Amino acid sequence: MNSTTARDRRFWNPYLAGALSGLVLIGSVGFAGKFFGASTTFVRSAGMIEKMFSAERVSQMDYFMKEAPVIDWQWMFVVGIFFGALIAAKISGTYTLQALPDMWRRRFGTSILKRASAAFAGGVIAMFGARLADGCPSGHGLSGSAQLAVSGFIALICFFIGGVIAARMLYKGRDAQ
Amino acid sequence: MNTLIYGLITGFLFGFLLQRGSVLRYDRQLGALRFMDMTIVKFMFSTVLVAMVGIYLLKDFGIVVLTVKPTILGAVIPGGLIFGIGWGLLGYCPGTSVGAVAEGRWDGLWGVLGMLAGAGLYAEAYPELKKTLLTWGDFGKITLPQALGVSHWVIIPIFIVGGFFLFYWLEKKSL
Repeated sequence: MNSTTARDRRFWNPYLAGALSGLVLIGSVGFAGKFFGASTTFVRSAGMIEKMFSAERVSQMDYFMKEAPVIDWQWMFVVGIFFGALIAAKISGTYTLQALPDMWRRRFGTSILKRASAAFAGGVIAMFGARLADGCPSGHGLSGSAQLAVSGFIALICFFIGGVIAARMLYKGRDAQ
Repeated sequence: MNTLIYGLITGFLFGFLLQRGSVLRYDRQLGALRFMDMTIVKFMFSTVLVAMVGIYLLKDFGIVVLTVKPTILGAVIPGGLIFGIGWGLLGYCPGTSVGAVAEGRWDGLWGVLGMLAGAGLYAEAYPELKKTLLTWGDFGKITLPQALGVSHWVIIPIFIVGGFFLFYWLEKKSL
């Protein structure tokens, strides 16, 4: 009935992988004093890109003074995610070159332009929201909740409410497939 | 320099585990938002429950200090909801979009580009937001135990028991 939940033997149990990530987070906090986060890196990177065109303007913008366009711990953390996922996919033989997610294709067809537009727009909206909320599912969802931060729990609940609304609108009237 | 290397190693391990947990996928993320496949919830909650115990132990021994983000209702509620809507459209969050591209799901790249644009857009809006939304309902850097006036060792076991009930229920429903 629900084929997506059938456990694929090429992957690990999500509870195990999740719990191990919890140990990695504890280690990171213990050794480096750093909590997981990802969205600030997009601000720093946007600042680096804008600096190539108008360095003077960037240097005077409030937000880029607050989150300077430099490479820091979190920036390297995000780069690390890329390589960790790449190596894991390669050595387990689960690297999957795919332009369109299966669920998306069944609902919206094979147009790459359509997917690119939705994903780009989604990215713009998501990052604007993440910066307003001061964190994403890593910073608020994992690091915030693990510290029992009130902001983390509120953010996590709002992330899901917003996401469920968007998913309802996109897949309205479709049966589980 | 050490800080940067720690960042790279930590990210590598986390990215490795995200891939092994099969959460770097649109289908998994939308699966959770459509209540069809709760893999990402299992992963996230397992991470949080384990980390919660370890971080508070380290804190009690004076080894670490918490880095709690302030609870500003005017920012975190609308920001969270806006993030959620974008997340539902994109199907990846900031960290997983990068990981998805790494495992070959390159539609994540549109998301990465969009998120860079979104970050630039927010930087433009920030001076205005700083005077408005970001000042509304500011409760400071509070944690749940502080807000309730109880020890964190009262809260943590409740979360763990609640988490196990949730996991049991998800498995029973084959979600």
